[in-house]
Amino acid sequence: MAPLLQSSQPWVEKYRPKQVKDVAHQDEVVRVLTNTLETANCPHMLFYGPPGTGKTTTALAIAHQLFGPELYKSRVLELNASDDRGINVVRTKIKDFAGVAVSSGQRQGGYPCPPFKIIILDEADSMTEDAQNALRRTMETHSKVTRFFFICNYISRIIEPLASRCAKFRFKPLSEEVMSKRILHIGNEEGLSLDGEALSTLSSISQGDLRRAITYLQSAARLFGSSISSKDLVNVSGIIPQEVVDALFVACKSGNFDTANKKVNNVLAEGYPVAQMLSQIFEVVIEDNDLQDEQKARICKKLAEADKCLVDGADEYLQLLDVVSQTMQVLRSIQL
Amino acid sequence: MLWVDKYRPKTLDQITVHQDVAQNLKKLVNEQDCPHLLFYGPSGSGKKTLVMALIRQMFGPSADKVKVENKTWKVDAGTRTIDIELTTLSSANHVELTPSDAGFQDRYIVQEIIKEMAKNRPIDSKGKRGHKVLVLNDVDKLSREAQHSLRRTMEKYSSYCRLILCCNSSSRVTEAIRSRCLNVRINGPTEEQIFKVLEYIGKKEGLQLPSGFASRIAEKSNRSLRRAILSFETCRVQQYPFVSNQAIPPMDWEEYITEIASEIMKEQSPKRLFQVRGKLYELLVNCIPPEIILKRLLYELLKKLDAELKHEVCHWAAYYEHRMRLGQKAIFHIEAFVAKFMSIYKTFLISTFG
Ligand SMILES: Nc1ncnc2c1ncn2[C@@H]1O[C@H](COP(=O)(O)OP(=O)(O)OP(=O)(O)O)[C@@H](O)[C@H]1O
Ligand SMILES: [Mg+2]
Repeated sequence: MAPLLQSSQPWVEKYRPKQVKDVAHQDEVVRVLTNTLETANCPHMLFYGPPGTGKTTTALAIAHQLFGPELYKSRVLELNASDDRGINVVRTKIKDFAGVAVSSGQRQGGYPCPPFKIIILDEADSMTEDAQNALRRTMETHSKVTRFFFICNYISRIIEPLASRCAKFRFKPLSEEVMSKRILHIGNEEGLSLDGEALSTLSSISQGDLRRAITYLQSAARLFGSSISSKDLVNVSGIIPQEVVDALFVACKSGNFDTANKKVNNVLAEGYPVAQMLSQIFEVVIEDNDLQDEQKARICKKLAEADKCLVDGADEYLQLLDVVSQTMQVLRSIQL
Repeated sequence: MLWVDKYRPKTLDQITVHQDVAQNLKKLVNEQDCPHLLFYGPSGSGKKTLVMALIRQMFGPSADKVKVENKTWKVDAGTRTIDIELTTLSSANHVELTPSDAGFQDRYIVQEIIKEMAKNRPIDSKGKRGHKVLVLNDVDKLSREAQHSLRRTMEKYSSYCRLILCCNSSSRVTEAIRSRCLNVRINGPTEEQIFKVLEYIGKKEGLQLPSGFASRIAEKSNRSLRRAILSFETCRVQQYPFVSNQAIPPMDWEEYITEIASEIMKEQSPKRLFQVRGKLYELLVNCIPPEIILKRLLYELLKKLDAELKHEVCHWAAYYEHRMRLGQKAIFHIEAFVAKFMSIYKTFLISTFG
């Protein structure tokens, strides 16, 4: 019996850049942090942007580069959404950590080791407002000896008083070019062969999220072998095959409720995620030249409403059926 | 033992319905390089079976030795300690649980219990540190907060801990989690596949199947293999030898909803609404999930309606189900739907027949 997963790490971890300079596509923050390495000083920081763009990576890299492996534990506190971060924790844990004095800023073992501690609050947008408020004072009291790194997807969920104390950096979705370069690099290391089509498919389905791209790549490589085609990637990505989307739309055009209902049932029985279906219907509607602008607008409005309902946890079947039924009615209005 | 359990394939090689997926999973394990996995698909499609077989492939027969534990965890929730009761199913190398059972406290399960489990590496008899798999069921029912809490845990302990997540609707799993997993779609088996499984079970049980009988069960199963096997066994209990036109009994609650639907069609009045309420309560008390009731009711009503009305009625079903999600008392919203339906239908009758 094969013992599982020797010491294998998922590729996203294996290829997580260890140094700030290796973080791709986020030039501004890389420049500022490179500077930090020289001057051994930095402001509080706030990193925000969509998933898989390098926020956590950058914060961990700079912390490691500043303190090296020996001091890391005593100088860096990483708290993320997997830790309880209610007010109490903010008050006690952070205070305890920040309260212990640090020795003066002496280079040790080739690391700058500046005389402050770093507190990384990853996924900070899931902290309650109360907890964030409690942080304000903590930040002020310990401002001499601590630097805070806030990391989040949505900057609007960070209260203004905290945000205004930080240097803010937006992490951009990775461009197709940068993404392809990174993927090719990983592909080389792992001995994969990828053609141009596969590369561009990968960039387009992962929409600027490099973590997603790497996960897809690893999945495809493990499932379909080392020469990877565009089809393999679509296969592991959870994208719904275009035929299925088109068939549903054709059923809408047919104007027959029962036919359409059957198609909806089929989509669910096949296990396709309805949220994904909505975004693919959206593409079809936008590109369909037979539709008038007003019709497109009305269908899109319905798509948006259904999407919101799904986020609220509404039933997938009922929402898709409603979208399909309303689309049918909108389409019928052409003939009128 | 019920047939659904008795005939559950134990290894990936025995799996017939999702054979391609099973073989792929086997490859993943043999390559010794397996990312986190997210299985999604309709209920009764065979996710659980695949997951169990996968774990066996990873750890060998020792994975069969599972123990069920019902434990109360003391969790430090800021100012106070709370007790969370949780049932787990575990072997030496894996733990299976349903964190959403804790309802609105699910966040603590993820933050405290799951993290603890992920951190602790199992040690084998030779003192070597092994690997660990956590199976989490119904992740689509986890609150957003709990899902957020899962994210870093998935990254931090990834050198020795793998998560296997299962759910029905992957739309409800946040992007951040989906992008950390290999997503595996498990579709409901086709009627033909279900038919084959039923035939196989029939053979093993030494039963005579009249022609067309198994395929009728498959047809009625709504592409749920579990349901098909259950009703097959029910038929066996009710009448054997089978006769070719033997009735395949619907579930009790479904029959009940069929009745409700015809009552609604017969009379639209406050009095009838009141009677229907009693029946709806009965269903809820018997733990039929409210959205299932609403969907079934819609299904029955649609069968009886003109095309024109169908659009309107399905819209209101979607509308009230959404409200039900946001609200607290399911009965209000189901009843509102019934009232709405009555009003639409009555208006229609009056305008057509005067
Ligand atoms: N700019 C980048 N340069 C190089 N690699 C990157 C970059 N962005 C992401 N990656 C890759 O993607 C993985 C995930 O990135 P990271 O954990 O930093 O994302 P994140 O921005 O923190 O996302 P989330 O908001 O979901 O927490 C990394 O392990 C790395 O392999
Ligand atoms: Mg992150």
